[in-house]
Amino acid sequence: MKVVIVGAGPAGLAAALAARAHGASVTLLDAADEPGGQYWRHLPPERPSANERILHHGWQRFTAMRRALEADAGCEIVMGAQVWAIERSDAPAQARTEAPMPAAPVVVHVLVGPPDGTGRAGRTFRPDALVLATGAHDRTLPFPGWDLPGVFTAGAAQAFAKGERVAVGQRVVIAGAGPFLLPVAASLVATGARVLGVFEASRIAGLVRGWLPKPWQLIGAAKKGGELAGYVGTHLRHRIPYATGRAVIAAHGTDRVEAVTVARVDANWRPVPGTEQRIAADAVCVSHGFTPRLELPIAAGCAISSSRFVEVDEAQQSSVAGVYAAGEITGIGGVDAALVEGELAGHCAAGGSPGDPEVRRAAKARTTFTGFAARIEAAHGIRRGWTAWLDDDTLVCRCEEVPYGRFRETAAQTCGSGLRSMKLTTRAGLGICQGRVCGGTVEELIGGGPETAAGGLLDQRGVAATTDRRPIASPVRLGELAGGIGPTEPTEPHLSKPTVQKGHQ
Amino acid sequence: MAARLLPASSDPIRPSGATPLAISLDGETVAGVAGQTIAGVVLASGRLAWRRTSADGRPRGLFCGIGVCFDCIVTVNGERDVRACQRRAADGDVVEIQHDALPEVRP
Repeated sequence: MKVVIVGAGPAGLAAALAARAHGASVTLLDAADEPGGQYWRHLPPERPSANERILHHGWQRFTAMRRALEADAGCEIVMGAQVWAIERSDAPAQARTEAPMPAAPVVVHVLVGPPDGTGRAGRTFRPDALVLATGAHDRTLPFPGWDLPGVFTAGAAQAFAKGERVAVGQRVVIAGAGPFLLPVAASLVATGARVLGVFEASRIAGLVRGWLPKPWQLIGAAKKGGELAGYVGTHLRHRIPYATGRAVIAAHGTDRVEAVTVARVDANWRPVPGTEQRIAADAVCVSHGFTPRLELPIAAGCAISSSRFVEVDEAQQSSVAGVYAAGEITGIGGVDAALVEGELAGHCAAGGSPGDPEVRRAAKARTTFTGFAARIEAAHGIRRGWTAWLDDDTLVCRCEEVPYGRFRETAAQTCGSGLRSMKLTTRAGLGICQGRVCGGTVEELIGGGPETAAGGLLDQRGVAATTDRRPIASPVRLGELAGGIGPTEPTEPHLSKPTVQKGHQ
Repeated sequence: MAARLLPASSDPIRPSGATPLAISLDGETVAGVAGQTIAGVVLASGRLAWRRTSADGRPRGLFCGIGVCFDCIVTVNGERDVRACQRRAADGDVVEIQHDALPEVRP
């Protein structure tokens, strides 16, 4: 039994351990050169330190999982591994059947080497089962000046604080929505920055509505600050102003951020006139939620829910037999949910069942987390009034530099004829990021979005047209394609010695 | 004031060693430490932007920091379109800024 796992964050690591425990041989792939994903993003081995754990929650769990997998001859860890395409090896979709378990109907194409390098080595896998744990990235809504240098996603600030010990600014404003903003503030403080304020767009009423039905679940969430929150609280005694119902509605400066405008917003996130406040800052970090990385699940043929996550059953299996999904691509639920889902996915991908005694704890915990993502969405989800803070010059698409005014004119002239037409006419979403940054925005601005996708948003294949469909999941150089994509690897690898392949060395 | 690498002496994680390195950015020498990304080295040098956009010539630098947005792309040792936030800096790397002007369209 050969299980390929894509993504070495919390869910992928947990999946690898569980699949190994159930006897499968495992190949764990990740595009980064260190495991841990965004959550456990850390300093590289060239920069050792005595006390790195204070920057993390669950650091010991991470290092234990990592050590176990690295010492395990049956687990090949391939870092610097960019999965650039998943091909279906059958058509139409294979129906789910009872045992014996059919092989996953997928071919996984990988390039191994330095990020965006030339001459990376191609590898191709036909696994018996595939676990996708590709995670999520920040979703940042446009606002005037958001393209100025010095405006970052909150995830960028977090990645550079934890992974480089670089503070993206010295006087920093953090804004957006969601529980992720607070650990970012703590990381920045622990990296020597002064956080001038954290501005959460959701209002208290919304927060209460979202969290109150099952407040005991906040206990788990409250732990998330962990040792870092303790460090910030007890050692630095920084008081970070935190305000709800407020948003950064503009960034100011000529060639870089010099100030931001913060305003009160109503329950629908519409700025309240007369409440604007200007704050001088050298960096602003803004995230309004997360976008799951769905291109690989979509390429594998997995059914995607109306709220735009991979649909899974109690075994974490997707609608495609043999293809499993875990972590943020099945719902933004945080690290604890990701670990549990990963464990179940790995165990079941290796031929186990969610009813097996060794995963009883995980199966039970999974039900605890059910609905957690929905409550985060209820409390912090993007409200449609945000478009009121756009002006005609605000870029909708950063890559192709499409301003909102031109986008709106085009929509009016073409009677909003649909996503594909709008993209082709305005070029929004067609730049080098392949619509990853603006995709959700473009969908919402033309009146679509996951909740209302219908009618004009359907393409001829009967699949809702979204920006997540990217047959080439990551940019690949033509030379690398021309150089061949590597022989398909046998389903049973040699179980000889621990193998950790580092793409970067 | 801008982005800054926290000095080891004031870092609560108590760093125990780092190897200096230097890269060249459009001919200018920029110092960093081994293990930093190219974006990390450049940001910590106090520079926030290192690209100009094609249509409006606007400055860009780091935005998403995790390899998603491609705003930070540079040419590294002759390889174009390398995400500076993803590529570790190597001592002696020759980094060039990219500005891809749009082709002129004649009527």
